[in-house]
Amino acid sequence: MLEVEGIHTFYGLSHILFGVSLRVEQGEVVCLLGRNGAGKTTTMKSIMGLTPPKQGGIRFKGEGIVGKEPYLLARKGISYVPDDRRIFADLSVGENLEIAMRKARVGEGWNKEKVYEIFPALKDIESRRGGCLSGGEQKMLAIARALMGNPELLLLDEPTEGLAPVLVHALEDQIRRLREAGLTVLLAEQNVRSALRLSDRGYIIGNGQIRYQGSIEELKENEEVRKKYLLV
Amino acid sequence: MQLGFIEEDGFQMEYVLTFGPSELACQLLVGLSRSMLLFIVTAGLSLVLGVLRVPNIAHGSLYMIGAFTAFTVSTVVGGAGGFWLSLIVAPLAVALVGLVAERILFCHLYEREHLMLLLFTFALMLILGDLVKIIWGAEYRSVTTASLLQGSFMIFGLPFPRYNLFLLIMGPLVAVALWLFVSKTKIGRISRAAAVDREMVGVLGINVSWVFATAFVIGCLLAGLGGALIAPTVSITLGMDHTIIIEAFLIVTIGGLGNMWGALIGSLIFGITHSFGVMFWPQFAIVFPYVAVVIVLLLRPRGMLKSVW
Ligand SMILES: Nc1ncnc2c1ncn2[C@@H]1O[C@H](COP(=O)(O)OP(=O)(O)OP(=O)(O)O)[C@@H](O)[C@H]1O
Ligand SMILES: [Mg+2]
Repeated sequence: MLEVEGIHTFYGLSHILFGVSLRVEQGEVVCLLGRNGAGKTTTMKSIMGLTPPKQGGIRFKGEGIVGKEPYLLARKGISYVPDDRRIFADLSVGENLEIAMRKARVGEGWNKEKVYEIFPALKDIESRRGGCLSGGEQKMLAIARALMGNPELLLLDEPTEGLAPVLVHALEDQIRRLREAGLTVLLAEQNVRSALRLSDRGYIIGNGQIRYQGSIEELKENEEVRKKYLLV
Repeated sequence: MQLGFIEEDGFQMEYVLTFGPSELACQLLVGLSRSMLLFIVTAGLSLVLGVLRVPNIAHGSLYMIGAFTAFTVSTVVGGAGGFWLSLIVAPLAVALVGLVAERILFCHLYEREHLMLLLFTFALMLILGDLVKIIWGAEYRSVTTASLLQGSFMIFGLPFPRYNLFLLIMGPLVAVALWLFVSKTKIGRISRAAAVDREMVGVLGINVSWVFATAFVIGCLLAGLGGALIAPTVSITLGMDHTIIIEAFLIVTIGGLGNMWGALIGSLIFGITHSFGVMFWPQFAIVFPYVAVVIVLLLRPRGMLKSVW
């Protein structure tokens, strides 16, 4: 579904990604692991068109998407949940969801009621301002908002960052339900344990390069790589 | 009771040399009606500042175009019909000018720094000013309002201009319409979101460019409406763009940049202090609102309400 081929991304003059390549197949949950500053967010932003790569290619459902505007990519079926959530503080929870509403390309798709089934906690705070939510509530709302656009591919950037363990488990359950609903997920994480519980395959990124790739079993067994690039 | 009379900005303002409660009340109403006019203009400026982050100096020019268009419509059509029609045609004409300017010029500039935007909209102000001169000439023009709105009626035992009452009705109508737009329509909600984080709005699949165009056009519509509404109360002339834009920027600054309700509060402060200035010290009436601006900014440097900047 998604093929990233040797992308080089820059912030101004600083070269951040050095030929990152990865693939995500339809229906998979793939994780992208790496330390602080490894380049996970930059990879996500490059896919979403927020920091378009200078070199290399990205294909989504077979179509080249480098250089396309983020809003067009969202309409093609990619949703990005940023690590800093970026909830609209002046809008209520319900309004945050409503403005993100986009008709499904096939079938009935998501709507507010269905999203509230996955995140019942949001329903109780529907009229609260986005600026008055706790970190966990913001995380849930950010994912819920992304779902409203009826994506086929969900780019989830550190969904568990800063959450209490109980909430991490709850969120994992919710992500599993999304996967059962047919969503493809690329998950950037520092929380290796949580990512390994959720994913089918994984990549490890360090200093802007993919250092390792393999199945979850391989990742779990390979102490050495994990020590070197993940510090666990 | 002694009555004095001055004409300030063409607003007929009666001032009294000895004041009783009814004079004060009456003068308050005059101030409020002026505030309503200022609000209609500054709400547009504030919307553009808040959503597009463009400090549009040409907003005053759009207001001036509104006034001249109102003049043309009301003279060509004539009578009460001409006046009412001018209130519809002038805002729409200005909105059209705004749409063209936005699609051809502004939409390429949103990523630029504020200084560039200031220079650019300043240039646009000069260009629009010349355009007005070419089309309407440099003479003074005037508009006659519908006879329904001419003359005065008695309130608190004093005469009060009917037209000011009309402004007192129009202001809240515009405020309610704007409130409905920003809080009840999808595009209004999206504009509020885009004011804070336009990139994230794009990530949600929304073409921000059209959201900006809509907000800009509504801002222009309000400038045009303000121009059409002030037309019967002043001599319409080149230079009215400069006067209003200075006041308008001060008002949005004391209200809180980009906050529409801030624009309302700022307009109230400006209009009411001015009208009491007229009452207590007519020769220096114009100074009063500026003193109020200084006081507000000393107490609340970022304005009365939360600024989105
Ligand atoms: N806006 C920016 N301008 C310049 N450099 C940046 C910018 N954003 C990130 N970087 C740099 O790019 C590198 C990769 O950052 P990135 O945010 O992709 O890392 P990350 O893997 O997401 O880290 P984290 O786990 O902390 O979120 C870092 O060295 C960072 O300092
Ligand atoms: Mg990151």
